[in-house]
Amino acid sequence: MEKDLVTLTIDGQKVQAPKGTTILQAAKKAGIDIPTLCFLKEINEVGDCRMCIVEVEGRRGFATSCIQTVEEGMVVHTHSPNVLEARHVILDLIISNHSKDCLTCTRSGNCELQALANKFNISTIEFEGERTKHKIDDVSPSIVRDFNKCILCRRCVSACKKVQKVGAIDCINRGFESCISTAYDKSLNDVNCTNCGQCIQACPTGALHERENINDVWPKLKDPDTYVIVQTAPAVRVALGEEFGMPIGTNVTGKMVTALKRLGFNKVFDTNTGADFTIMEEANEFIDRFKANDNLPMITSCSPGWIKYIEMNYPELLPHLSSCKSPHEMFGALLKTYYAQKENIDPKKIYVVSVMPCIAKKFERQRTEMQNDGMYDVDAVITTRELSRMIKQANIEFTSLEDTNFDSPMGEATGAAAIFGTTGGVMEAALRTAQDVLTGQDLKKIDFEQVRGEQGIKRATVNIAGKELKVVAASGLANAQKIMEEIKSGKADYQFVEIMACPGGCIMGGGQPIKNSKIRSEVDVRKLRADSLYSIDEKSVIRKSHENPVIKKVYEDFLEKPGSEIAHKLLHTKYYKREKYNI
Amino acid sequence: MDENKELKEKRYTCKCGKKDEFLTKLFDTYLPIKDNLIQMLNEVQEHYGYVPKDVQMELSEFLKVPVAEIYGVVTFYSRFTLKPKGKYSISVCLGTACFVKGSQKIMDRLKERLKIDEGETTKDGKFSIEAQRCVGACGLAPVFTINGKVYGKATVKMLDEVLDKLEQE
Amino acid sequence: MKTIEEICKIREDKRKELDLRVNTQSDTREKHILVCHGTGCTSSESPKILENFRKILKEKNIENVRVIMTGCFGLCAKGPIVIIRPEDTFYAMVKPEDCEEIINTHIIEGKRVDRLLCKDIDGKIVQSLDELNFYKKQKRIALKNCGVINPEDIDEYIAFDGYKALEKVLKDMTPDEVIDEIKKSGLRGRGGAGFPTGNKWELTKAAVGEQKYVVCNADEGDPGAFMDRSILEGDPHSVLESMIIAGYAIGADKGYIYVRAEYPIAVHRFQIAIDEAREYGILGKNIFGSSMSFDVEIRLGAGAFVCGEETALLESIEGKRGQPRVKPPYPAQCGLWGKPTLINNVETFANITRIILNGAEWYSSIGTEKSKGTKVFALGGNVNNIGLVEVPMGTTLREIVYDIGGGIPNRREFKAAQTGGPSGGCIPKEHLDTPIDYESLKEIGSMMGSGGMIIMDDTKCMVSLAKFYLEFTVSESCGKCTPCRIGTKRMLEILQKLCDGKGEEMDIYRLEKLALNIQRASICGLGQSAPNPVISAMKYFREEFKEHAIDKTCRTLECKAISKIIINEEKCKGCGLCQRACPVNAIEGKDREKRVINQDKCIKCGTCLTNCPFKAIGN
Repeated sequence: MEKDLVTLTIDGQKVQAPKGTTILQAAKKAGIDIPTLCFLKEINEVGDCRMCIVEVEGRRGFATSCIQTVEEGMVVHTHSPNVLEARHVILDLIISNHSKDCLTCTRSGNCELQALANKFNISTIEFEGERTKHKIDDVSPSIVRDFNKCILCRRCVSACKKVQKVGAIDCINRGFESCISTAYDKSLNDVNCTNCGQCIQACPTGALHERENINDVWPKLKDPDTYVIVQTAPAVRVALGEEFGMPIGTNVTGKMVTALKRLGFNKVFDTNTGADFTIMEEANEFIDRFKANDNLPMITSCSPGWIKYIEMNYPELLPHLSSCKSPHEMFGALLKTYYAQKENIDPKKIYVVSVMPCIAKKFERQRTEMQNDGMYDVDAVITTRELSRMIKQANIEFTSLEDTNFDSPMGEATGAAAIFGTTGGVMEAALRTAQDVLTGQDLKKIDFEQVRGEQGIKRATVNIAGKELKVVAASGLANAQKIMEEIKSGKADYQFVEIMACPGGCIMGGGQPIKNSKIRSEVDVRKLRADSLYSIDEKSVIRKSHENPVIKKVYEDFLEKPGSEIAHKLLHTKYYKREKYNI
Repeated sequence: MDENKELKEKRYTCKCGKKDEFLTKLFDTYLPIKDNLIQMLNEVQEHYGYVPKDVQMELSEFLKVPVAEIYGVVTFYSRFTLKPKGKYSISVCLGTACFVKGSQKIMDRLKERLKIDEGETTKDGKFSIEAQRCVGACGLAPVFTINGKVYGKATVKMLDEVLDKLEQE
Repeated sequence: MKTIEEICKIREDKRKELDLRVNTQSDTREKHILVCHGTGCTSSESPKILENFRKILKEKNIENVRVIMTGCFGLCAKGPIVIIRPEDTFYAMVKPEDCEEIINTHIIEGKRVDRLLCKDIDGKIVQSLDELNFYKKQKRIALKNCGVINPEDIDEYIAFDGYKALEKVLKDMTPDEVIDEIKKSGLRGRGGAGFPTGNKWELTKAAVGEQKYVVCNADEGDPGAFMDRSILEGDPHSVLESMIIAGYAIGADKGYIYVRAEYPIAVHRFQIAIDEAREYGILGKNIFGSSMSFDVEIRLGAGAFVCGEETALLESIEGKRGQPRVKPPYPAQCGLWGKPTLINNVETFANITRIILNGAEWYSSIGTEKSKGTKVFALGGNVNNIGLVEVPMGTTLREIVYDIGGGIPNRREFKAAQTGGPSGGCIPKEHLDTPIDYESLKEIGSMMGSGGMIIMDDTKCMVSLAKFYLEFTVSESCGKCTPCRIGTKRMLEILQKLCDGKGEEMDIYRLEKLALNIQRASICGLGQSAPNPVISAMKYFREEFKEHAIDKTCRTLECKAISKIIINEEKCKGCGLCQRACPVNAIEGKDREKRVINQDKCIKCGTCLTNCPFKAIGN
């Protein structure tokens, strides 16, 4: 190991770093924080913005510290007068072509450009001039693009093209006219965008953000004739606290429920209960298909970004999809039928709000299939970030809130449902139920470690009721593509496939709190949030969906059994081949 | 080699059933590898006089490259155009040799007469103007070209005469 | 497929047949009529001339005369050019209808057609090429075959020692010996930066990797430069042969040549060269019976100047937007598809065969201490002999402008020369005696560049010229990195303000600050050198910038918003010539009275200036 260490000097300090380390990383080790803007670890390492330039003695021109690696004996200066001046000029130039309406920007306070402007004490712009003008694209139900705020770092392009292999956006034109856009500058709604929102997570400024639905919800909360029910997805509770300065991955379920009640929702329910329904339906659908060897492997259908992706890219594989709606849609349908009957409320007066880590859910919500008796299952989807804004707007001191439990009866959920929020979780939850159903026993071995963890593709062979079952859990659409190609070419022998559109699953969804590049370089955000979900599961009394008493009761009273006619009507859906481009 | 053959057999067949001979031949000549994009676009530009939207969509299918990326490439290279050029495509060389010899005056006059800007086509589709960087005929500077024919040692008067003739057609 | 012996036989036979091309005393009854087919002459109908010659010869049943198309002779200003060998008669500005007379008078009667002979700048009638001042100080190495051979006939190339260097390399030299020879020759990259070619080869050879590539950069984007194109049009095989030699030296079996699509003739001829070479077995497997295999493909550019930057060029070959990569790693380590890649420009390659055949010692005896050999320049702008010139390194600018270029037309003053195009800088009068080599040019704030050399007379405004180059860079910037994308745009905006008379003194400092930081912080050579024209113009012509910024005047007529034409009352004799010449009737005054310019009407075209016989009009 000694051999692979390189010794260099950074700002007068002797630093040792392994060969292949970037100057940026080595400096970090020495406690030197070189500013970056276009850099996003493992996603966008291109050196375009030039903020991270440093001087290396004996080298002509500046070095690009975010991608160039350390060399033995290198002498680096990260804040020589030349570097400082150049960085200042570059920042000045970037801001000169940026709309400076920070006060009204959704990213104010969490903007990497704003932070740098503060750091460099930019008070006036020395090189003002013509600015590129772009029309705001707000046609998509999920994503708004305001490229007047774009700094051309291309992090979104890398997220879309490299990480997700979707390529809905790319750099077009040349020189000063360069911009990030879609094919023929169409709206994201008219191109192959899946609404996963990874571009938003990558964006350092406010050029990309979710289509906000807060203002659809506020009036309903104030309206005495509307019965407003909110449900929250599993991934929200382990991320919401971050928006209030709490450590990443903190489980704030109790505070969240209290806050929601304070906001004035009539009922606060748990999407996890919906997830338990999903498992009931999906596990039983799987067992039927497994026994009949019908359209295997069966592929999960909880992730709406994934659904749009397969509809556009692999229409021939649509029969493999489980016909189950996603948990919040199932739950919404039950709220407007079973719950409405039970509580004797006119379903037309019920307004269901889903708090989701996901922006594709905003698109999913308005699909025509997601209706029953002319009513949408869910009426509004807001993201974790939007919820935090509502809480702030309502002057609620979130961190000092008491804990409250979800309302009954639809607030009861299992540990199996909690792990829905992370890659491999749906698979694990389904296997827990499937093995009990198949063996007719209450099995104790319920942790399926093989499908946990950070890898994008997790293949496993599990033994269930004496049968070998080949399963795979993939997260991120690039990985999904690999699995689909395997299935298409006939090379795959899986029986069950779990796909989540976002790398890491819902906890890393497009609607979650945005972590800047620096945090993403230093901390494994995915792991912290996932660990928190697994710990909820571990601490749960009931860890199998079919043992949830609420589930049992609803099946007894209303749904009869999984896969029944009424279950199909309310909890299942259809998929359609979708054109990628409408241009 | 077998892999190449397999790739070729998978080649694109037109959705609408109507086979554009040129495209069929194009997809026959090239393997569906991303590297070929610019070469194929060059042929498309040559053949149609621009890069039609439908062709970009078909190239996207054939090469398995998102349309946004193809659009990005098309808008990067100035040889590729998204709209058909005029019947008479007039290019004025604004290379240094021609510039120093006053080609800007020719360009200004051209824009004034046709009332369009660089990169535009007149409404009747008859003329389009382009700025070119060095045709390579620096000995004849300043030059302009009409559909590739070079007019050397050009003057505003000469341009006017040529335009008069073409306008009467 | 041909064996080495067969090729030697072709060389011997063909050489005898073509002796008249290079030997005026040649003992032959044949005559060759050479018609230039470079882009310049082709544009002025040289193909028609060639056709006419052939038709007339056939009609008249003349058999011992052949009509040959060749590459560029260099003196484009006098095109189309026709040369008759072996007597070496040089006819200039020939028209298709002159062919009959040339054949009747020259070929049949044996007399020269005096009216078509070329006049030198001093008015002397020139009988043959060698008598022209234009050629006297030139030394043709890279252009050796241009204008001598038919570029579409491999046999003619072979006749003049073609593929002899490759044969020598394959038979007698190890790859290391080849690299050593190139290193010893002192050859440096002719694309602009001047990196030692031998070292580049050595680095690429040493790089780890099974697959390596040779790439020829023929994306000559500098507006006003056409050296590479002329070489490809006039002598494509010399480039091809050198690429194969490079492949042998570094261990590559595949080469690409990246050519601008705007060069259709060059592309066409190079493709013919490739086809011919494949037919002869010079490209393909087991070249000349050795274990060496090599093949070359053409890749067309699509109109992006930045693709002349080596890493952008690689991106473009890979089918992407031509956006440069951050270096290091250099292409020698990580190039095309991540494989070690040798990239040299056309002119660099054109020197290789000559070095191999004549030896490093011969080559390094030409030029200066650090810059060896010759350099081809495309001489253009306000100079009499516009064309292609090849001079030994160390030749002074004065020699090029006045001896070769024949000085400035219209008896105007030399103001500056721009070398290196949009990446270079201007050289003012006080540096006319600077020897042209890499170091000297850099020292005075310009650069060798790829070889564009534009001469400007005193009617040119340097602020406006700087703006012209910035306009070019702004429109050609790829947009990848911030300093180049936004910085050059801001510089252009400031320059525009100055030219419009809306600037302020502070703008000069803003320009300097931007220029310096764009130079330092941009990713690629295009960005790093984009401010050079402005920096050098500000260095040598700062007064003009100040005039624009502070006094809001332009001493030339180029910045129309702030220039003013005035008639000197004392000198005006009232002849009225100016009044008649003015296209917009801006000159007022009655017959025999002194004239006045109505400034509201004046469009500053300068027509009156050139028409005044008393030099009474000025600005």
